[in-house]
Amino acid sequence: MLRLRKKHSDLATGLAFISPWIIGFLAFVLYPLLASFYYSFTRFNIIQSPRWIGIEGYAELFFDDPLFWISIQNTLYMLVFGLPLSLVVSLLLAVLLNQNIRFKAFFRTLFYLPTIIPAVASAMLWLWIFNPQYGLINSVLALVGIRGPGWLVDPRWSKPAFIIMDLWGVGGAMVIYLAGLQGIPEQLYEAAEIDGANWMQKFWRITIPMLTPTILFNLILGAISKLQYFTAPYIMTRGVGTNVPPGSPLNSTLFYSLLLFQNAFAYFKMGYASAMAWILFVLILVITLALFRSSARWVYYEGQ
Amino acid sequence: MANSVYNQSLKRQWLFQQVAIYGLLVALGALFALPFVWLVSTSLKIDSQLFVMPPIWIPDPIKWNNYRKALGYIPFWLYFKNTLTITVPSTIGMLVSSSLVAYGFARIQWPGRDVVFILVLATMMLPYQVTMIPLFIVFRNLGWIGTFKPLILPSFFGGPFYIFLLRQFYLTLPMELSDAAKIDGCSELGIYRRIILPLSKPALSTVALFSIMAYWNDFLAPLIYLEDDSKYTLALGLQQFQRQFGMEWAMLMATSVVITLPIIVLFFLTQKTFVQGIALTGMKG
Repeated sequence: MLRLRKKHSDLATGLAFISPWIIGFLAFVLYPLLASFYYSFTRFNIIQSPRWIGIEGYAELFFDDPLFWISIQNTLYMLVFGLPLSLVVSLLLAVLLNQNIRFKAFFRTLFYLPTIIPAVASAMLWLWIFNPQYGLINSVLALVGIRGPGWLVDPRWSKPAFIIMDLWGVGGAMVIYLAGLQGIPEQLYEAAEIDGANWMQKFWRITIPMLTPTILFNLILGAISKLQYFTAPYIMTRGVGTNVPPGSPLNSTLFYSLLLFQNAFAYFKMGYASAMAWILFVLILVITLALFRSSARWVYYEGQ
Repeated sequence: MANSVYNQSLKRQWLFQQVAIYGLLVALGALFALPFVWLVSTSLKIDSQLFVMPPIWIPDPIKWNNYRKALGYIPFWLYFKNTLTITVPSTIGMLVSSSLVAYGFARIQWPGRDVVFILVLATMMLPYQVTMIPLFIVFRNLGWIGTFKPLILPSFFGGPFYIFLLRQFYLTLPMELSDAAKIDGCSELGIYRRIILPLSKPALSTVALFSIMAYWNDFLAPLIYLEDDSKYTLALGLQQFQRQFGMEWAMLMATSVVITLPIIVLFFLTQKTFVQGIALTGMKG
């Protein structure tokens, strides 16, 4: 009896402590989630109340809105080309930093620093770096006799430009890799050395397999952030002083979240944008789940 | 004899490795540093040195006045004040709420706790884009668009990432501490306030730091909710400035440096906390 009473009161105190989260969950997660699902089946311009249209919004997106497919293509481009490159470069940096080297703290800080500066400031900086005539990259290319491309003003080079810029910000993934690398037991390497393994063998047979859980983590985090890619392209892809919507040139940088934002807050098509938001949500769930499912085949967990 | 040849080849291999490692580090380090150098260098140039080939790295003359001028282009101090008005209460709200909620998940046994905690983690996967539209409409109906309220209020209900981080830390504190206090008649709230919080300073400062940076750097939420430019944050103000004076690179870079500086200073002052925090979050994915 006493025990039961105690359990009961613990439940009450437990709930009391987490009550801020419960309220927040109901108000800022569950309600908006359901409301946005409802809006996605309506036509809703804020001024008039939402009007039910069934799946018409979704049908329009899939069959009648070329911009939707362009934005999907652009986003997939970043996922397929940008993400693996970011993961490889951040792994390279982490492996280098994990060696027994001098000035370790200095290099770690240097590689991490770009991730803490405000996105708006780094967007400004890279706008200038990519300037076709006097930007850093094309100036340096000109020194060796190469005429650099127009980068952000050339539809063929605008996405590669964002991939390059993203490489500057891989410090976050790098520190996660570093934590993973430090968790690999030293004895594994020692045993391999006794067996005469060279560094290539140690890297491919020990480091990579032991790091697969971290790789999976970075892969999922990276995929989610690429799907929500917004601030940098929003700032960097509009003509100066004009009312050109973001995504230029020729919609080559119209990423999914940009189009969603435009539909919601530039054209006030709230129902349509909600449908896009739910498609994004489902995409994130499907990709995360697929990565988790695939992980059984390539992720190594100790003690299994 | 054979042994010394073997040693020599080992030594050569070691030397080669060292050269490769440091060579790569220095090359990559230079690539990462160059944009920073370019940023500061541009911010101190007179216009005639901006548009030249080959580029000038060390401005001559060094035009410190760019900074004063840049601060005049945008109402810098007003935007600074606005940014602080959002960042400070939000961070306090985040600290109080997340530390309370984390306590409920780490230090109290109650049925269903771990299932609910998984739900907390699951909400981290929810993209902001899904909730932003209904929330915008709710705040609009409340008449809060154009005010700081929609930006500050949600911080008082805990952030899943911070709850996770603090819970992990609380779990490392011995349970005997709480048991002893309970025997002395201390309530859970008392234990939280008098024992757990004082012991959790490293984790709390990590949360404070992450939170300050997140609010300082945030762009999307202020973009949605702030209308009047007298309410702009520094991030929005800089973007607005670029829209108007897009070609004034020296000014733009100077303003970017000014906006970045507080964050960089904070980072260097608290680097130890930062590294600890990353160690906390990096644990067991």
